[in-house]
Amino acid sequence: MTKSQLIERLADRARHIPSKEVEVAIKELLEQMAQTLQKGERIEIRGFGSFSLHFRAPREGRNPKTGETVKLDGKYVPHFKPGKELRERVNEAIAN
Amino acid sequence: MALTKADMAEHLFEKLGLNKRDAKDLVEHFFEEMREALEAGEQVKLSGFGNFDLREKNERPGRNPKTGEDIPIKARRVVTFRPGQKLKSRVEGSKPADL
Repeated sequence: MTKSQLIERLADRARHIPSKEVEVAIKELLEQMAQTLQKGERIEIRGFGSFSLHFRAPREGRNPKTGETVKLDGKYVPHFKPGKELRERVNEAIAN
Repeated sequence: MALTKADMAEHLFEKLGLNKRDAKDLVEHFFEEMREALEAGEQVKLSGFGNFDLREKNERPGRNPKTGEDIPIKARRVVTFRPGQKLKSRVEGSKPADL
């Protein structure tokens, strides 16, 4: 399911809201989520999961083209931990 | 403070002027549609943000940490998140505020 399919499905669920407005709203929500992580804050959605930042230590990398060694700085990467309901629902689908 | 569904609904109300009822429902349905897709075995791809993928895990040996008893961990399906390049670039230099 892509973002545009997600928007279509949500528009089908909320017939009284113009689909253009649903689209703007979903884009707005994703932007708010990205901004939250960018500020270094967590996202906690009960039943879905939580997003946080994990640290990646500085390391020596290599330029694949030249073979030259380069120092890579430490950085943060987004991390998602699925919540209990999501874990159970995804797993039950194969358990049954 | 972590971002919650209530904050997200409030944001739709303030920024787009959606009424509070619609804003709350839309946020709830946003996450529910993604859960339903994943439950149905469908990958979720949100360009600019990231992809939620499904991975099948085989059965593997495990142990009850309390009793030390050997018990197999059953085969299962798990959700993994692969952040997109755009999101990765936006957070790499961030300073965690509350992690």
